[in-house]
Amino acid sequence: MVPQELKYTKEHEWVRIEGGEAVFGITDHAQSELGDVTFVEFPDTGSEIKQFGSLATVESVKAASDIYAPLSGRILKVNEALRDKPEIINQSPYEEGWICRISVADAMEERNLMDASAYETYLKESG
Amino acid sequence: MCEGTHCLKNTPLLEKHLEAGAKMVPFSGWNMPVQYTGIIEEHIHTRSKAGLFDICHMGEFFLKGPSAAKELDRLVTCRIDNLPAGRCRYGFLLNDSGGIIDDLIVFRISPEEFMIVVNAGTVAKDRAWIEEHISPGAVFTDSSGDIAKLDVQGPLSGEIMASLLNGQIIGDLKKYYFVRVNIQGVEILLSRTGYTGERGYELFFPATEAVRVWDILSAFDDVKPVGLGARDTLRMEMGYSLYGNDIDEAHTPFEANLARFVFMEKDFVGKEALLKQQREGIDRVLAGFICEGRRSARSHFAVSVEGRNVGEVTSGAFSPCLKRGMGLCYIEKEFVTEGREITLSPREPVQRPDRRTGIKASVKSIPVYKPRENERSQNGTPGT
Repeated sequence: MVPQELKYTKEHEWVRIEGGEAVFGITDHAQSELGDVTFVEFPDTGSEIKQFGSLATVESVKAASDIYAPLSGRILKVNEALRDKPEIINQSPYEEGWICRISVADAMEERNLMDASAYETYLKESG
Repeated sequence: MCEGTHCLKNTPLLEKHLEAGAKMVPFSGWNMPVQYTGIIEEHIHTRSKAGLFDICHMGEFFLKGPSAAKELDRLVTCRIDNLPAGRCRYGFLLNDSGGIIDDLIVFRISPEEFMIVVNAGTVAKDRAWIEEHISPGAVFTDSSGDIAKLDVQGPLSGEIMASLLNGQIIGDLKKYYFVRVNIQGVEILLSRTGYTGERGYELFFPATEAVRVWDILSAFDDVKPVGLGARDTLRMEMGYSLYGNDIDEAHTPFEANLARFVFMEKDFVGKEALLKQQREGIDRVLAGFICEGRRSARSHFAVSVEGRNVGEVTSGAFSPCLKRGMGLCYIEKEFVTEGREITLSPREPVQRPDRRTGIKASVKSIPVYKPRENERSQNGTPGT
């Protein structure tokens, strides 16, 4: 089961849209595939991001993977707690383990994301 | 050649791994557990208690006969003539250019019988090389499919083995010694060797008994299964080379900083090339490094000093004990000084303008992490 109220990307990011802002992170499936997260390379606060553009890197013990922006906008805040305790992403991918908060540039882009049931289907098909 | 996962070989312990929740990955043609509960947890468990590793994929050869010792002495870099029965030694098979065909451990079972333990991915080429280079007087057998290998590694491994062997004393079994023991009816060749830097043992026995021995060892509360992921980070903290990553046919033992496992006072295949290299000198050598922070360099990252490319990373990962990046790299010899600052950068083009491309790191003598017990003076078995 994936949280019903979130939207999802094919690259396994989740996003919670809150008015003109959005918070995102990686899904439980993504953290489980990565294994122990050891480092998060954040984008600079204030930088502009484009939907589905690479903006951060999450490293695990043995590999590094890119994180893609679920929506276009500007970075407002990054989750500083992950600097010392990146394993929070493994423990709480949808809550404590959020990665960035952004201002949303174009609310219409939400159409390019999957809802929970579509993401579940996507997981089953790609699994 | 076989592609995909459908034709991977399984060890006799596949069911056990799946029961324990393992994530399975292809490795050297085998379907192997990379982790059970998580690499970091398994790594720390091995450093603090005891880890159990399924290493059935590795190869075991036997060489027998009155000329076996002489034949082997000519094929491997370590000294065989003075190796007593009951002891084993780490060394290399070299090609004529001095490149490393494989790293291995030679066990002298009796004056005229040897077991040679080799890497999984190199079994076929090692076998072909050895068969091509031995005289008919020595009888070569590849028993890789018939022998199971389990490793028990960690500070509690001695107590665990002792309690299984009630009466059969192994308490003072020194590093690189081995004995034959009987555990609940299973005849086992038990050696004090390993690839983690901790006190540890490697168990060789008939593959048909693999599940039984796995269950016997798993029954200890302090024993947890450990996958190839933690096996890799454990060996990397010790600076042990992994065949195919840090050592290969393009590098000699001198370049790999492993000259101590080469006995130059005898004749062996590849020696001429090593003598030539001794005369001419070498450009790049294998060295350890640690990163400034948690961000870790990976295999094939470029090594640079003041903007100039001076080497390449061959192993890189996050160190669970040091909580920072670590690894091994080939680097121009002049930069191999403790604490020398280096920059490690991915080779692929940078995709984001704000991306920090280089990782700050420094050259560090191996082992980059020192286990509590002093088990680090020698290399372990060949990799995985």
